[in-house]
Amino acid sequence: MVKMKRKKLVVIGNGMAGARVVEEILARAPDHFDIVMFGAEPYGNYNRILLSNVLNGTQAPAEIFINPLSWYTQNGITLHAGVKVAKIDRENRVVIGAPLKKDALAYAANAESQPDTPPVTEHYDAIIIATGSRPFVPPMEGFGQPGTFLFRTIDDCERIAHYAKNCKKAAVIGGGLLGLEAARGLLTHGVEVTVLEAAPQLMAQQLDTEGGAMLRAAMEKMGVKVLTEKITARIESENGAIKRLALKDGSYLETDMVVVSAGIRPITEVASVSGLTVEKAIVVDDQMRTSDPDIFSLGECVQHRGRIYGLVDPIWEQAKVLADVITGTRETAAYLGSKLGTKLKVMGVEVGSLGETRPAKPTDEVLTFSEPSRGVYKKLIIRDNLLAGAILLGETDNFGSLMQLFQNNTPLPDVRAELLFGSRTGKSLVKASDLPDAAQICNCNGVSKGQIVAAIRDGGCNSVGKIGACTKAGSGCGSCKPLITEILAGCGAAGDDPSEHYYVPGVPYEKAALVEEIRKRGLKSVSSVFRELAGGKEDAASKAGLASLLKSLWPDEYEDERDARFINDRVHANIQKDATYSVIPRIYAGVTTPDELRRIADVAIKYNVPMVKITGGQRIDLLGIKKEDLPGVWQDLGMPSGHAYTKAFRTCKSCVGTDFCRYGVGDSIALAQKIERRFQGIESPHKMKLATAGCPRNCSEAYVKDLGAVAIEGGLWEIYVGGAAGSAVRKGDLLCTVTSHDEVLKIMGRFMQYYREHGRYQERSYHFLERLGVELLRDILVNDSEGICARLDADIQKAVDAYVDPWTEAQAPVWPSQFRGVEPAIEVKS
Amino acid sequence: MSTHTILETPRQTVFNLGPASEVPFGLGRCFQVMGEEVAVFRQRDGRIFAVQNRCPHRGGPLADGLAGNGSVVCPLHAHKFDLCTGKGSEVHECVKSFRVTVVDGDIHLCGGQV
Repeated sequence: MVKMKRKKLVVIGNGMAGARVVEEILARAPDHFDIVMFGAEPYGNYNRILLSNVLNGTQAPAEIFINPLSWYTQNGITLHAGVKVAKIDRENRVVIGAPLKKDALAYAANAESQPDTPPVTEHYDAIIIATGSRPFVPPMEGFGQPGTFLFRTIDDCERIAHYAKNCKKAAVIGGGLLGLEAARGLLTHGVEVTVLEAAPQLMAQQLDTEGGAMLRAAMEKMGVKVLTEKITARIESENGAIKRLALKDGSYLETDMVVVSAGIRPITEVASVSGLTVEKAIVVDDQMRTSDPDIFSLGECVQHRGRIYGLVDPIWEQAKVLADVITGTRETAAYLGSKLGTKLKVMGVEVGSLGETRPAKPTDEVLTFSEPSRGVYKKLIIRDNLLAGAILLGETDNFGSLMQLFQNNTPLPDVRAELLFGSRTGKSLVKASDLPDAAQICNCNGVSKGQIVAAIRDGGCNSVGKIGACTKAGSGCGSCKPLITEILAGCGAAGDDPSEHYYVPGVPYEKAALVEEIRKRGLKSVSSVFRELAGGKEDAASKAGLASLLKSLWPDEYEDERDARFINDRVHANIQKDATYSVIPRIYAGVTTPDELRRIADVAIKYNVPMVKITGGQRIDLLGIKKEDLPGVWQDLGMPSGHAYTKAFRTCKSCVGTDFCRYGVGDSIALAQKIERRFQGIESPHKMKLATAGCPRNCSEAYVKDLGAVAIEGGLWEIYVGGAAGSAVRKGDLLCTVTSHDEVLKIMGRFMQYYREHGRYQERSYHFLERLGVELLRDILVNDSEGICARLDADIQKAVDAYVDPWTEAQAPVWPSQFRGVEPAIEVKS
Repeated sequence: MSTHTILETPRQTVFNLGPASEVPFGLGRCFQVMGEEVAVFRQRDGRIFAVQNRCPHRGGPLADGLAGNGSVVCPLHAHKFDLCTGKGSEVHECVKSFRVTVVDGDIHLCGGQV
């Protein structure tokens, strides 16, 4: 049996980048390579980000290891720990390493190797260089003597902690991110800490002057002394112990120990001595290849498109691309650079920073908010309506949203204050992307973000519909669909599925094209649409949507095939969980009479109705009625259908208005009755719930209805559209103010007709309104900008005229079994 | 010489559900067959199907569902079932399906399962 010889991959560097890229490779092709790793440090790899926790004692060194040594053996990886690679012999395709002396500083360029020990050599087919970076030591006299430290490795942490026990004062050189982390760590060892920074402010990379000043104030409050614009010339000692720092400006600072944390520099010696292209760092292309096609590189040691990165996020991205390319999983994978942001806690102070810290162009918008008493400072830089940079101090709740806007180049909301403080409606600016995997996205079906992501990544779902079919997410009330769309986009999987835009799933046309075909071909029944436009396939899930559309397109001529209706619309009642029905007669504006109430009571007794309930829509619901009893119930009630089961005008609630109320300024009851009489049964893309209020106290909740009319002083009526108080809660937008009941009816009718024509099937008015914008609707429906108002008025009138109370079918069922329950079957004798 | 064992097939009970024309196109009706509710559908192309009426999910009446292209959607929670095989859209959900024939214009249903 011939065994395929595996290729040999040598990874130089056993830090976070080296280990991550190996993990990514193993995840893609576990048997592709024989893997050998060189690490200059004598350990497995660990999470360098957590080093300050080791220094301040909140985590033990063992806790920050990512992969224990057993991980290497389990995955068949040969690890040369404590061996530093000196050179790549590219001609003979061999990597040459030297074992380091026990106490050698692993990242030092001149780290001493063990004398008289033969070099470690490994042949290679491919190499990944992940040598990372080393701390930068600014030029000064006296660094390197006992009591001077860098802050980069586990060993550093242990040495610093050990030494600090016998010190009273410590100086940290460097007021950047890591310097402040080191200061935090030192505080826990009971020493007085002074941070020296050469720049005029702390964290100059991430903060502007004001932010730096506020951070400084917070640091000082916690007991860290901060000196800015201070450069150390010399570390002075007496009797072998450090005494003070001599600063360039002639002043001195007493101290017992010194930690230098003044930034990092890429480690590139191996690459340069081996003849690879090195500029500021090792130069790589978008596939993470160096100038030698068999040698790749990633992490803090690389320069990609002129940039060097010092944070983990870009390295994770690079590791994925590199793994895709090197395993041949996706050879065209490309790393295109990262837009960086960091959020961290510096000694208990929340800091978030992304992009630029200062405006660069005269047209840049700058937003700042400062609240010194709480230590809160926020600043945004906006360029061409995109976020160019942000600084958040003291309060970073919205960092995730801002980061999303920044990374995705998302146009910003008009009301800029929302960027600083969140949106007025409480809707988050960016929703799904900054949620953890465990977050529940679909509250109806209990589907988490992680499950949706898995459906996209592993299940190949590339549309909201497919995700729904796979996980159920979005198939309940549907209010989470925008979130799912976002998650899709976040996974880079959106937009591949044209069926997502079909009006109904079973007919391959978007709404406008479908309407055009239906008109052109004169299709007046659902079955004819399937026959002509869907190859004769009658898709059950598409029937009701098509019926709704056809009815609005052909108000007089629509051929009503009852099988295209949902059961509620076949029997004009709302099916319940036990297959009984709910019956809600129309009670215009919620005003009833003793006689009606008596009839309702009689029906409830006669048909043994299990529950009689007052509804939220100011009506009375008879629940638990058998299908076969429906005609009798209707006839005995002698009231018309309340349409509480269908996608149509439902009800118009009202308050008592001027009739009895002390505050009413408009006759809301009469208006609501006129509205109900006019629009009862008008079908629409989704249900419409209305209300009228006799004054702005809004007792009838007209502000949160699909359409609401609110009386205001002066005999005027405000008309609100797009309100909601169901699975979404939204105050309607003021469309216009009119002076009479008739005008209210006219504008509402226009809106309904326009919504009937342009709303997507099952799109509630508030989604419709948000999609089009109230300004556009006002232009079209109030200012008649398109000159269609007269036509809309005429068409809604046609629909009003075509109204027939469906409960009259009680006397004459449309087909014999319309209201039949279970029927007997006759056994055939033979 | 060989011995033949003749297996006697139990004769299946057959039920007459009345004229096919009384199941309107695209719609379903529900019959009581040997203590069980059976939903019967007739498509526009003339095909007739019969499956158990109660949805295995929450007992929804499939006879009242929207049907088309050989499948039915339960009116309660939109679980979907293949009318031929009984296979459901949800994992581990399926319904019994029955053999039906049209004899002299009447729908005949065999008591046994397909």
